[in-house]
Amino acid sequence: MSETRSYYGRPVVKEPVWKDEIALYFFTGGLGGASSVLSLVARATGHELLAQRSIQIASAADAVSPPLLIADLGRPERFLNMLRVFKVTSPMSVGSWILAYTSAASSVSAFLNTIGRLPRVAELTRLAAAGSGAPLAIYTSTLISNTAIPVWHEARRELPFLFGSSAAASAGAAAVIAVPPAEAGPARRLAVGGVLVENVLFKLMERRLGMVGEPYSKGQAGTYKKLAIGCTLSGAALLAGPGRRSRLAAVAGGALTLAGEVALRFSVFKAGFQSARDPKYTVEPQRARLSAQPADPRSRTRPVSGDGSM
Amino acid sequence: MLDSYGSDAKERVGFFTDTSICIGCKACEVACKEWNLVPEDGLVWTGESYDNTSALGANTWRHVAFVEQKEPARLEGDQPDALRWLMSSDVCKHCTHAACLDVCPTGALFRTEYGTVVVQEDVCNGCGYCVPACPFGVIDRRHLPRSPADPPAEILGLQLGKREDGRAWKCTLCYDRLKGGHEPACAKACPTESIQFGPLDELRERAGKRLEKLEAENWNGARLYGNDPDDGVGGFGAFFLLLDEPEVYGLPPDPVVTTAHLPEMWKTAAVATGALVLGVVASFLGGPR
Repeated sequence: MSETRSYYGRPVVKEPVWKDEIALYFFTGGLGGASSVLSLVARATGHELLAQRSIQIASAADAVSPPLLIADLGRPERFLNMLRVFKVTSPMSVGSWILAYTSAASSVSAFLNTIGRLPRVAELTRLAAAGSGAPLAIYTSTLISNTAIPVWHEARRELPFLFGSSAAASAGAAAVIAVPPAEAGPARRLAVGGVLVENVLFKLMERRLGMVGEPYSKGQAGTYKKLAIGCTLSGAALLAGPGRRSRLAAVAGGALTLAGEVALRFSVFKAGFQSARDPKYTVEPQRARLSAQPADPRSRTRPVSGDGSM
Repeated sequence: MLDSYGSDAKERVGFFTDTSICIGCKACEVACKEWNLVPEDGLVWTGESYDNTSALGANTWRHVAFVEQKEPARLEGDQPDALRWLMSSDVCKHCTHAACLDVCPTGALFRTEYGTVVVQEDVCNGCGYCVPACPFGVIDRRHLPRSPADPPAEILGLQLGKREDGRAWKCTLCYDRLKGGHEPACAKACPTESIQFGPLDELRERAGKRLEKLEAENWNGARLYGNDPDDGVGGFGAFFLLLDEPEVYGLPPDPVVTTAHLPEMWKTAAVATGALVLGVVASFLGGPR
């Protein structure tokens, strides 16, 4: 294929203006959301300690998330405008409502549990937070897919599952650190399972995307991806092996996995910027789409050798 | 599209930018900045023909592109040393299906009674979602590394200074001028009528005739861009007559509004949500160890 024609190599779409807080939020949102689901299922199946620690992890993550988002706004003092309307065409609007609801519910629950009052209200709010936990973990993938950034938009089939498995691995890994190995079985399986699924998904996603997926392996995104693969796989191996008995190995494996999950979010985040920067990722797929259609009789271009520019 | 305005709806208006008669004077850029109080955004020499503005952005709402080509202007006979200079004034497309408007979580971006797309600067909280959502890279968050002592900004009382403005900005198609019964500043200032303002239906008809004329005169590469209501954004409110492929001017050849795929994306998200819950439940099979 000849070189993509462009305007002095300048980008067609704008790079996002989001800062690293947003990539971190992808992690904390996933950790918080999946941890509250983990807590609920643990409670239902009689794993009391796991349930208690997971809801604490969820509350902590849910408490960190809104400040991360507000810090990234161009006008932080106007953060409440996020709740001015509700729009299904804007995953950020939907997500703001989900986060506001989850965050409120999980902090009330954690507060009541800590002071030991109103146990029924505490339980209800915990249920409420768990109900929105999974959507909280997933919606961020819909948010970035719903842009003109090729590497995000074209990955719209895989990203929700990638973010979901990363959230599961994060919740499992955090719980493994907080609970002794004897009671951490389900969390360990969740972490190892999440890591395996996410690594396979990442490979499949890149293969399907082809040229559009290149940014995932280049520059900062590529470095973060290598880090993610290395940390998550070695963390999962520690958890699946010595981590079953040794608390120390479990803590080390959990920490490695968490670090890998942060790196994974950064890899996806940075790939978006790299994808926007090079016009070929925007132009080539659109050209391919056009040439698959019957030619427009009104459009006439003289065949030229080279791109004709001076 | 304008149903929600009821009897207050006005005829949809827009721009037809005929680049075949653009002379690259940049009067549109200047008029736009003057009328809309758009701040200066750096004075640099790019070395890219006569273009030192480079791209549309928060502080550039009209951008004149310059492309120098070893190409004949008209397809007649053999012209081995042919040269041509393409000039085109780019602007916000005011899409029929506007991604920026769809994704805006605060409702700051809205559809006016004229069918145009405008940001309310008193509502925008600078979340930045519209920036990567636009398939043309038009809208951006305003960064102002300006000195607060900069006189024009101080005189005009704008919130410019040490702090970044932080909000998203773009062409308003001179909403204020439309309200007063005037045409937008860029169209008013254009000396060759390369920028034509008017009711969209009328502009489309005029553009079709213009293309026929250029084709009859053997102009090289003449084509309309954004005039088709069935394209990926439902047709542009501001469309163009170009003399080469859109990407040569920095425009996407086949833009599609991202929200066209949103129903499918929400479905995938719902399935992934279910999968996450099932995954957690499955991890409890097999007891505590």
